[in-house]
Amino acid sequence: MSETSGNGSDILCVLSSNEWDRSAEGLVGAGRLLSDKTGGKLIAVTLGEWQDSALKQLGARCHQVRVGQTQVSVSGGIESMLDYLVKLAEEIQPASILFGNGTVEEEISPRLAFRLGGSSIGDAQALTISNNRIQVTRSVYGGKATAVMELQKSPAVVWIRSRAFPPAGPLPQSGSFETTVIQETSPESIELLQHHEDASEGVSLEEATMIVSGGRGLGGPEPFEDLKALAATIGAEMAASRAACDAGWVPHSWQVGQTGKKVTPELYLAVAMSGSSQHMMGITDARNIAAVNTDPDAPIFKHCRFGIVEDYRNVIGPLTEKLKSRKK
Amino acid sequence: MKLLVCIKQILDPEIPVRDFSIDREKLEADSANANQVTNIFCENALETALQLRDSVGESSITVICFGRESAEDSLRKALAMKADEACLVMNDLNHTPDSATTAHVLASAIESLGSFDLIFTGRESGDWGNGQTGAYLAEELKVPYLPFVDDIKQTDKGFEVRRQTESGWERYGIPASSVVTITNSDHNLPRIPKTRDIMMSHRKTITRVSFEDLKIRKDELNPQSDSVRPVKLFVPEKESACEFIEGENLNAKIDQLADKIMEIRSTL
Ligand SMILES: Cc1cc2nc3c(=O)[nH]c(=O)nc-3n(C[C@H](O)[C@H](O)[C@H](O)COP(=O)(O)OP(=O)(O)OC[C@H]3O[C@@H](n4cnc5c(N)ncnc54)[C@H](O)[C@@H]3O)c2cc1C
Repeated sequence: MSETSGNGSDILCVLSSNEWDRSAEGLVGAGRLLSDKTGGKLIAVTLGEWQDSALKQLGARCHQVRVGQTQVSVSGGIESMLDYLVKLAEEIQPASILFGNGTVEEEISPRLAFRLGGSSIGDAQALTISNNRIQVTRSVYGGKATAVMELQKSPAVVWIRSRAFPPAGPLPQSGSFETTVIQETSPESIELLQHHEDASEGVSLEEATMIVSGGRGLGGPEPFEDLKALAATIGAEMAASRAACDAGWVPHSWQVGQTGKKVTPELYLAVAMSGSSQHMMGITDARNIAAVNTDPDAPIFKHCRFGIVEDYRNVIGPLTEKLKSRKK
Repeated sequence: MKLLVCIKQILDPEIPVRDFSIDREKLEADSANANQVTNIFCENALETALQLRDSVGESSITVICFGRESAEDSLRKALAMKADEACLVMNDLNHTPDSATTAHVLASAIESLGSFDLIFTGRESGDWGNGQTGAYLAEELKVPYLPFVDDIKQTDKGFEVRRQTESGWERYGIPASSVVTITNSDHNLPRIPKTRDIMMSHRKTITRVSFEDLKIRKDELNPQSDSVRPVKLFVPEKESACEFIEGENLNAKIDQLADKIMEIRSTL
């Protein structure tokens, strides 16, 4: 096919994470998937400060790189960023505009679609084109069902689970570069007053290869200290269910699931959590799930490779000791 | 101060997987075997608005819902939680409209109700989970927008709000008349209405608004006119056979558990 209805056939990938990581690779991979089908150009749009080495990786994989140099921080300059993206999209007339997953991306996608007269949807796990229209596969009903959604108005503005998409290899010829300084066009009606990062030692949850996660069954914040000791022994990151976050036992940035992080570890050890469909939405791409739960009928076991039916209080301490001695 | 909270009624998202099935004709969940409830994030939004009202006094909260006849229950519950006014924008369409259409209808209704100092929605719904209605609503109304808010205070310039980010939180100053979407936190768990207030809520009137009242042409709203529509809906099959660790005693079981964890760790 040569083009999707309405607009042209080019695909824009908007990268705001300013790093060439697995997430950026997946986003560009998804873009290539579409541009290969539309026969259009793949155009990367970068926001924020990018290292030359990272830009080079992008240039090798895209037909064009539009470097948008921002004076303001991404979260502080939403209005000007939107204005810039609207202008760019009006110039290029893309079939689709892809974003990765993040707070800002989720905030911007529908607003951009509205201003361009397009359509938007988020949390895409797969992308296809059918009848000249972009179709998005995503989990709905809290993970109990999967839907294929058709975006009927062009451009299709979609934020995707970047890490769920395979990276794309280099193109035969490197892309061209064009740099624009993003001006402060619209006054920012919203003023950033304070920015806080939760304390975290290791890598981000999304990049973690081992995760230890706790649920409501832990009954309070103290047992999370024991889980932390366990996690430290094997170099795992910490996560939690929404019930544990809502109770105020651990920060919300630990939440995994429909409205939390989507993670992809080799091992996800779920302690004292039931495995609600909403929680499972965050770990569909975990390689191995294991659980400690007193209830043999807990839904979590339906997703596990292995598990132990036992009170966590009898397991976590001895397990930590055993893992310590095995490491030696 | 006038606050407006948009709420949505959805199929109970906490029903067990075995009770969930799909209406293949309508491409939505079967509503026969489950209760309709208020979307949790909308209740978090209402709770946040109630706390704001309690802290500043002299304010009123209007709840609005674009929904079916059954959504009256959600509005009654909001009144029982002590919202002041309730408005049902009646959805008698044959399909479930997308977020853009929903926001368009809500925006027309909100404009007909007057102006508000702050407009709340939930961050997303527990059914389709698009998480877009708030953003579209802000665009429709041409007002500032901030999602994932979990705390709000009034200031002389407008409001100071806290929003959650992937890795922590941020504080923002936002002007009056903004749209915020609310996310869950440890201090906006929805209050349980008192029996007396539940009784009282049944004596209150719920304002009903139709497409006609809003001069929206119903025949122009259909799956084809929506910007997004479902073309397939199915229950994914992804059960794996769990190996339950057995053993002589607990110590032996934990030994096996440790072995399995180390086995995975050694592949990294
Ligand atoms: C719109 C929407 C979005 C949501 N988003 C998310 C999300 O992103 N992430 C999320 O996690 N949830 C989310 N939820 C909530 C979700 O539906 C569940 O309520 C939640 O995940 C339950 O958390 P839990 O498993 O810790 O608690 P519970 O379901 O209460 O499970 C506790 C488990 O602990 C076990 N247990 C108890 N005591 C012990 C013990 N001593 N030793 C071992 N095991 C024990 C019990 O057997 C039980 O299985 C969402 C819900 C909605 C409606």
